[in-house]
Amino acid sequence: MHEWALAEGVISTVARLAEEEGLEEVTEITVRIGELQQIDHEIFLFALDQQRTPMMSKAKFTIESISAKLKCRVCGEEWQFSTESLGEDVSEAVHFVPEMAHVFIKCPSCGSPDFEILEGRGVWLASIRGRRKDG
Amino acid sequence: MADPRIEVIDRRLTGVARIVAVSSGKGGVGKSVVATALALGLRRNGKRVGLLDLDFTSPSTHIILGAEGLKPVEDRGIVPPVLHGMSYMSIVYYSADEPTPLRGSDVSDAIIELLAITRWGVLDFMVIDMPPGIGDAALDVIRLIRRIEFLVVSTPSKVAYGTVRKQLELLKRLSVPVIGVVENMVMEKSPYIKAQVESEDIPYLGSIMYDPALEGAFGDIEKLESTEVFMSVLRIARFIM
Repeated sequence: MHEWALAEGVISTVARLAEEEGLEEVTEITVRIGELQQIDHEIFLFALDQQRTPMMSKAKFTIESISAKLKCRVCGEEWQFSTESLGEDVSEAVHFVPEMAHVFIKCPSCGSPDFEILEGRGVWLASIRGRRKDG
Repeated sequence: MADPRIEVIDRRLTGVARIVAVSSGKGGVGKSVVATALALGLRRNGKRVGLLDLDFTSPSTHIILGAEGLKPVEDRGIVPPVLHGMSYMSIVYYSADEPTPLRGSDVSDAIIELLAITRWGVLDFMVIDMPPGIGDAALDVIRLIRRIEFLVVSTPSKVAYGTVRKQLELLKRLSVPVIGVVENMVMEKSPYIKAQVESEDIPYLGSIMYDPALEGAFGDIEKLESTEVFMSVLRIARFIM
């Protein structure tokens, strides 16, 4: 349940932002999840649901999945990376610490581990919607 | 977009009373040995201790401790395994001890990830083995762990102290507490480092003599705890408690 820890971060961030924006109720929460980290969406949604605070008791959670897009810093090759090709141990390492991709994944063109993760790394809070105290 | 990981780092460290970063402006001065021995020394004094190896590109505390076959447990985050009575966290659990070529931004992301998901529980001390220098890792630790205290390691060399002095100056400018400076790998006692450190109004915590027997003690905790190096660090541990 590593997803639980990430969901806790999302809920805390939503609570802080809602407070800062003067929201009395949060109605929609959109989270972007990078495919590289292979977050289990079902478990993640369950963790979000279990940790929601009264202010967001009726909020709808939307999860957007972002494919992993990598770019080699040596030869400039850009590629979409599918985590399906990873073995179980590697998959678990990248799940917990996505930067471990640099240990196990190489550029398909030149073989370098020196690549940039352009998209699809981890978990981000994309947006929240709600109702302000003053209406 | 907001990074939700930053939000929970403080909460993950709520149960940790003191967080000590063992650091140096210079590489190769024995930070990992001092950090490991300090953690073991605090534990020997009855403290609840965690050791976190943040030197992602060159981790070595696992070799000093003889850590093999360990894995964190997944439970609403990850819970570090207990080794020699300490909670012990290292990137090697995930890197399979393979080369880990990370750029600065990747180091920052990996530090944030580990701090956000690791559940340390209740500790008297968390000792962090820092990578050398005053780059991304040092700045991230200062930014993310507001209660951090630094214990700085130098050797007797003017070359080492040249970078340590700059590190101490930076920490002073950033108002980061410095517990003091340890002089490591001393072949022959000299007043130079002590005088330099004290002229900066920073405590000089003592010297650790170079010990040829240390190499043979790596990986064997009983041997390590019987070295002169460990005894010297034990005195430093008692000082900072």
